[in-house]
Amino acid sequence: MGPNNKVRVDISNVSLAYGPTVVLRDVSLAIEPGEFFALLGPSGSGKSTLLRMIAGFTQPQSGQILVAGEDITRVPPWKRDIGMVFQNYALWPHMTVAENVAFGLEERRLPTEDVRRRVAAALELVGLSELAARRPGQLSGGQQQRVAVARTIAIEPKVLLLDEPLSNLDAKLRLHMRTELLLLQRKLGITTIFVTHDQEEALSISDRVAVLDAGVIQQVGTPMDLFDNPVNRFIANFVGTINLMKGELRDGGRVFEAPDIGRIAMPPGVAPPGGRVEIAFRPHALALVAQGAAGGADRIEVPGTVSHREFLGEFVRYRVNVGATEIVADQTHYGGQPDFAPGAAVAVRIDPAQIKFLAA
Amino acid sequence: MSAATPRFTFGQAAVALAIGAFLVTFLVVPVLMVIYIAFTNPDGSLTLAHFQGFFQLSLMRESFYNSLYVAVMTVLLSTLIAVPLAYLTARFEFRGAVLIQTLGVLPLVMPAFVGASAMQLLFGRSGTVNLILQDAFGFTLPIMQGLNGVIFVETLHYFPFILLNVTVALANIDTAMEESAQNLGSSGFRLFRRIVFPLALPGYIAGASLVFIKVFDDLGTPLVLNVTNMLAPQAYLRVTSIGIEDPIGYVICVILVAFSVSAMAGSMWFLRGRDFATVNRGGVASLRRRLSPWQSVLAYGWIIAVLLLILSPHLGILLLSFSKVWSYSLLPEAWTLEHYPAVIENSSRMIWNTLLYCGLAALFCVIIGTAIAYLVQRTRVPGRHLLDAMVTAALAMPGVVLGIGYLRTFKNVEIPFTETALTSSWVIFVLAYTIRRLPYALRSCMAALSQVHISLEESAQNLGASRRRTIQRIVVPLMIGGIAAGFVTSFITAAVEISETILLTSRESLAPMSYGIYLYMQSISGRGPGAALAVITVLIVAVGTYISNHLIRTRAAHQTAAHIKAGAK
Repeated sequence: MGPNNKVRVDISNVSLAYGPTVVLRDVSLAIEPGEFFALLGPSGSGKSTLLRMIAGFTQPQSGQILVAGEDITRVPPWKRDIGMVFQNYALWPHMTVAENVAFGLEERRLPTEDVRRRVAAALELVGLSELAARRPGQLSGGQQQRVAVARTIAIEPKVLLLDEPLSNLDAKLRLHMRTELLLLQRKLGITTIFVTHDQEEALSISDRVAVLDAGVIQQVGTPMDLFDNPVNRFIANFVGTINLMKGELRDGGRVFEAPDIGRIAMPPGVAPPGGRVEIAFRPHALALVAQGAAGGADRIEVPGTVSHREFLGEFVRYRVNVGATEIVADQTHYGGQPDFAPGAAVAVRIDPAQIKFLAA
Repeated sequence: MSAATPRFTFGQAAVALAIGAFLVTFLVVPVLMVIYIAFTNPDGSLTLAHFQGFFQLSLMRESFYNSLYVAVMTVLLSTLIAVPLAYLTARFEFRGAVLIQTLGVLPLVMPAFVGASAMQLLFGRSGTVNLILQDAFGFTLPIMQGLNGVIFVETLHYFPFILLNVTVALANIDTAMEESAQNLGSSGFRLFRRIVFPLALPGYIAGASLVFIKVFDDLGTPLVLNVTNMLAPQAYLRVTSIGIEDPIGYVICVILVAFSVSAMAGSMWFLRGRDFATVNRGGVASLRRRLSPWQSVLAYGWIIAVLLLILSPHLGILLLSFSKVWSYSLLPEAWTLEHYPAVIENSSRMIWNTLLYCGLAALFCVIIGTAIAYLVQRTRVPGRHLLDAMVTAALAMPGVVLGIGYLRTFKNVEIPFTETALTSSWVIFVLAYTIRRLPYALRSCMAALSQVHISLEESAQNLGASRRRTIQRIVVPLMIGGIAAGFVTSFITAAVEISETILLTSRESLAPMSYGIYLYMQSISGRGPGAALAVITVLIVAVGTYISNHLIRTRAAHQTAAHIKAGAK
């Protein structure tokens, strides 16, 4: 289990369709050796299918999957040496924890002594040595997951696949296991690909994320990159919360005109020169002030009325009616911060530098 | 529920008490009576002398070993036929699935003792197959000789129990269980041996123990094949020839009960805590693999061979029912249509008897079944689980034992307000069939009621319906598919019951069709009419099976809708 076994995974032009239903369309990805890589997308986006293809349970109709430069597209699952942790863990109820972990090693016909040693090491690694003789049914959800992980890493796979690894855990355990998985991955240095529909999960632990929708990769990048520079409306909406407004840029980009809110003056040098666009800005990247408050000369200011107020502890989430549309505004909460009741007349101040212009 | 709510109502307790009294009188007491007599001297003192007497008779020892041997061999052979077929349907993509489903049902529509005589003609020493073998290769196979014949006939009849149970068990295994094994490097037969079979084992054990019990207790098949050196036939012969007082018959009954109950208890003990019901959780629907060309040849070859074997008793009976003369020849040598009109004319009484006994018994079965299901699932009447347990135990009670128990327990009991003895009236058939078929009806009613979400009843009560009105207007209408399926199952299985029937038939005018077939098959000249009567019975059973399958399927669709509406998960 040394760090010398880092391999790269290349997926090139993989497609799959069942009749008219496109599952994956021309998917290409290059996953670097030792990377913790997330496949993020809503249900039905094709992310799980892609993971199952890497494991060999589904065949692409075209395209190739390469591990360490070697084409494994037609290799059966049991000859791939790619470990997968299943969403529901898939622990065999008729075997003890130790027997579960030993299974893959026995299939590899390892000497009994080696099997015993490696089972012990794997269980030690996940901190379950004392539960070796238990049956899976006697374990908690978190413990079952550790067994599933131990069973997979025991075979020292070239690549580790995690299918929604945290979805069956309760909220508190999820945060804990998330960190543990990352620590384990860093320790082993193994190239890891994990599938999730939870953007927070993907952003918090992965080195890079590929976002899929409708079988197509929408964007690949570091978590911060996806958050700050979404390439389209889907990414903007899916990664974090965002305000989106369709409109048109006029006067060489000096004026943004949207049917919902009317004309907004843009500072020079911010917007593209013209055309139909969608502007996007994050709820926490704007300020909410009383109408007519002083300052804010370098901000875009839009007047509106608070329609809804949610107190979330660290911040207050306001929904502000602006013309015919609604802007979500998150205001950090601390002592002395002004509080607006529903019905209050407010101004939304947007930092022009924080506005993204997406093709409409 | 507030603390003031009583745990049950007076009406519920009264119903439970009535059912309890019925079960005690017609199930518990007769069985206990049999056991009591086996262990006591005529003066009532306890003794083991009857058992000593039993084991001192070499015929009895032989019968004991033969019954065990036949039951075990039938389970083994059934396993060899059923497990590959189940694995094939559950794990491979191929078009034989319909064929296999047919395989699963066909034997059940023809009682084993009916098929037995046809099998003699096809596979016997001078049957079709052996005549061909003798002609072509100069040797014959002793397929139907003695115990072989019983094993062969029972296997072809009972292997579906294993097939159906294992198929369901395989379908319920989460595909991730196998995928994770493949992911860790396992495949082929090792995958089957280490993961698939252990996970399907509970289903296999359930099916295999049922086959064991059925075969161990069967009376009809050995009798028709003229094999009397087995336990059930010996019990019957002792009681009918030596008399109802002969203690050896009771000793045999105790052995039958002991083995049946321990086989059932053993399988329940084994299944405890091992119910690996690991149904898919949103995983990929199926893990069906494609068969390679030579695998396809092997698979279809196997299926067709089994199908031919299964069809052979059906075909044989059909041919026999149209034959004038059929012996020492490949096929009947002269044909006739006259058996059918003859049988309908001579046996209309038997057909009517079957409809009456089985119809009434099936009706009682579903009424009692629905009541017990309701008591168990919806009330807190004390003893409700005991009712359930008693009915379930009836599953392990051999027909021979109940039959003998009835004859002995009720031998001097008259039906109130009449001069007729209970044991020589038609009422005894209805009672016996009700008790023996109640487990099937109860399972059906239990399943139907568990599908009715409690909120559907609560909302009716919330809108002002009393408990009784709720049962009438909500519960029973929603359960009706399951109740009907229970009725049909009880009816058709009662129609082909033979063990109790042989014992309880005191005169021919009381005999149902199953007894008629058995009687006809005793003589060479009766085979033709017997076969015709069997064809009529099989048709009734086939139609019933079709209806019950249809009801179960529409009920499933219906209930899914109710399920969704109820907002259940």
